[in-house]
Amino acid sequence: MILQFFVPATQSMGESLQEWYMIVASFAIFLGSVNLLYVHTHRIRFKGRNWKYSPVTIIGFAAMIITGLVFGIEQGKPFDYMFTQMMVPMGATMFSLLAFFVASAAFRAFRASNWRATLLLISAFVVMLGRVPIGAMIWGRIPLISEWIMQVPNLAGQRAVMIGAAMGMVATSLRMIFGIERSYLGGAD
Amino acid sequence: MRKMLFVLPLLVFAGVLFAQSGGVTSEENSGSFVQSLTAEDARNDAGGGIDLTWTVAADAALPDSMVLERSCDGEDWAPVCTLAPIDGRKTDGELENGLEYSYRIVPWSGGTAGEPSVLAAAVPIKQWINSGRVGMLIILTIISLVIFYYIEQGKRGKDLYIRRIAGLTAVEDAVGRATEMGRPVLYIPGIMDMDDIQTIASMVILGRVAMKTAEYGSPLLVPTCRSVVMSVAQEIVKESYLQVGRPDAYQRESINYITDDQFGYAAGVDGIMVRQKPAAIFMLGTFYAESLILAETGRSVGAIQIAGTAMPSQIPFFIAACDYTLIGEELFAASAYLSKEPKLLGSLRGQDAAKLFFMVVIVIGVLTATLGEAWAPAAKVAEFLKTITSVE
Amino acid sequence: MSTFIEKLGNIDRRVIFVVMALAVIIPLAVRLSLPIPIDEGPSKDMYDAVDALPPGSTVLLSFDYDPSTMPELQPMAIALVQQLMTKDIKIVSLALWPMGVSLGNEALSYVSDSLGREEYVDWVNLGYKTGGGVLIVRMGSDIKSVFPEDYNGVPVDDIPVMDQINILGDFDMIISLSAGDPGIPAWVMMAGDRYDISIGGGCTAVSAPQFYPYLGTGQMVGLLGGLKGAADYETMVRIGVDDPPAGTATPGMAAQSVAHLVIMLFIVLGNISYLANKKRKGGVK
Repeated sequence: MILQFFVPATQSMGESLQEWYMIVASFAIFLGSVNLLYVHTHRIRFKGRNWKYSPVTIIGFAAMIITGLVFGIEQGKPFDYMFTQMMVPMGATMFSLLAFFVASAAFRAFRASNWRATLLLISAFVVMLGRVPIGAMIWGRIPLISEWIMQVPNLAGQRAVMIGAAMGMVATSLRMIFGIERSYLGGAD
Repeated sequence: MRKMLFVLPLLVFAGVLFAQSGGVTSEENSGSFVQSLTAEDARNDAGGGIDLTWTVAADAALPDSMVLERSCDGEDWAPVCTLAPIDGRKTDGELENGLEYSYRIVPWSGGTAGEPSVLAAAVPIKQWINSGRVGMLIILTIISLVIFYYIEQGKRGKDLYIRRIAGLTAVEDAVGRATEMGRPVLYIPGIMDMDDIQTIASMVILGRVAMKTAEYGSPLLVPTCRSVVMSVAQEIVKESYLQVGRPDAYQRESINYITDDQFGYAAGVDGIMVRQKPAAIFMLGTFYAESLILAETGRSVGAIQIAGTAMPSQIPFFIAACDYTLIGEELFAASAYLSKEPKLLGSLRGQDAAKLFFMVVIVIGVLTATLGEAWAPAAKVAEFLKTITSVE
Repeated sequence: MSTFIEKLGNIDRRVIFVVMALAVIIPLAVRLSLPIPIDEGPSKDMYDAVDALPPGSTVLLSFDYDPSTMPELQPMAIALVQQLMTKDIKIVSLALWPMGVSLGNEALSYVSDSLGREEYVDWVNLGYKTGGGVLIVRMGSDIKSVFPEDYNGVPVDDIPVMDQINILGDFDMIISLSAGDPGIPAWVMMAGDRYDISIGGGCTAVSAPQFYPYLGTGQMVGLLGGLKGAADYETMVRIGVDDPPAGTATPGMAAQSVAHLVIMLFIVLGNISYLANKKRKGGVK
């Protein structure tokens, strides 16, 4: 893939590899499904810890697969109904927990213990007000200051983290490509 | 004389770049509706492509359409496609490399063909080097050479300093705490697949953590979000337990797949935290919105939490909710830090040197771009730096 | 008094949760409405970029999110589709996330029915394929080999919208509504930088700060960040429209405003307690 990026003549080889990747990635779902069934049936069979939750998992898994395969996944079919009436609300519910956790984490963590923390606190207040209509109602300039904080200090910080992380990724990738780092393969060093 | 040998690959490189041109012909004709037609080999491709550009007369009567025609011998013309009667460009593809193709555009009005444009010809060839990415290739080569240089330094036994990273120093304490309390260690490797570099870095740390849990005899739980990650984690943990001489303590079922769904995974892991109450939680890898859900739930069960990610948007949540946080590249430094292996420490040093190089380039770029507003030579330097760091 | 101040710093998190819940529910229940000011920023840039496209252009719209982030991203999807269809811009949609397909279909069908647009003539949903960034690179050279059929199994060669579309470069703009990976970074790196196509995006509020570097370098033409971005876009899309359809982001802004004020209140209370305790401990040696 690195070769394909710099050497256009190897494009067809790169495209073949990409197709293989897509095929293998599609098959990976079977691996996970088999493991899921194995773990939960094993737990039910040997009355493992919290085994009573496992039948729920297996029934949900089976229900979605069977209805999808038998009736199809188009709009109006049972699969689509279960997706829109169960999956969608449950997913949104989990995501909405963030609102509560942000409040409790902010309450606990945002303390003006030194000048840097105080600066962070003030920036947080300005951005929180600037991102909602109430900020403009309090003072017309709050959204502008908030946008400046996002476009200047925030952008600088994001770039710094991105560049640092990118350098780390390059070095890690080079170590793996050249076999210097092998521990992720599971073998001895 | 041997030092001059590096010139040879440079000459070859320059020659390949120069030889990549496939020829360009361009003519103009004021008689036809189509004023000019240019054909040239498509740049930076695997061959088989010719780029065509044409302009039409601004004040002439518009034809109904135009037909692009192609010929290999200049006599037998075959239509390629219909074009709108405006200026335009198109790439004709799937041609045979090395063969000259001629093109012309014929305007059609009321079912009658008008005067064709002049001919334009080109030869498609494949390019071996993408000329728009040469700058990036050079930079990547420099970075790689610097990293390898320091790896060699490390192999030769040079003392390479690495600053203390609190989160990694606390790994052993965290596992020890779990052992004392008789509660398991929970390791969360992120929600992405093995093609993500952060997940790979997380697997490396998992190996080290698994060795500690094997030594101390603490149960290790590793719920995964992807099935391939589960397989890799199982192998890594099994190998770690083998290395420490505790293969009997390895439990395959404790490393299991939950679901690919982001919040389904978060719900599953939260359930594990609340039911099993781990004493130490490691969250290392790629996380998205579920990061705060996991971290807050972990805090509520009283676990010591060590988190690490290179996702800039999630780092603040981990800092607010966890005891130790590895920020960005500290996650990638973990394998070198925990193993203290000279080769890995050397690559870390090389990475820092490469970062210093980029910092210098950025400072020079910013200064020259600013001065370039008033001083032309500085603007040229800024433009050069922009060209070599851009990718087409 | 000192005990009360100490308690202020140790409020039970369940109390915080209840107050937050009320702060969100009450404004929604009483239908509190606040005016949405439109300022210069990434949302306006996004609107202007789409507005500048001539009628007859074709835009690729990628639904890279799932139901959990639907409350933030679906309103901006609907507003974007409304603007695109109103301007007679053709839409080719796909999804890099499995559940994005049906969410995209929902948004496209809803707006298409309300504006009298026709599937396959004005829009098409190509469906989902696994692969992320790899898929995008493949589409750069041949879309029809990656998506030989659309979501409903109709061959792509028979779809009028896809007549002039063979590679990514044939699109006038690509817009990714993304909640994670694969998403906006993949489109920017694999499509925008490689094939020089305008990229716009919509994302959750928490991800928005990390895309500002792309806005700064011009790699993105605009960005809708979270519910605020969706509300801004809904407001801009409704300007000059008779009887505009109601959006869901705008009503949510009132609730979000109150929620932000509540969080700020808790932070202030926590800091009062912290500073009072610090002063008290500093005084007792």
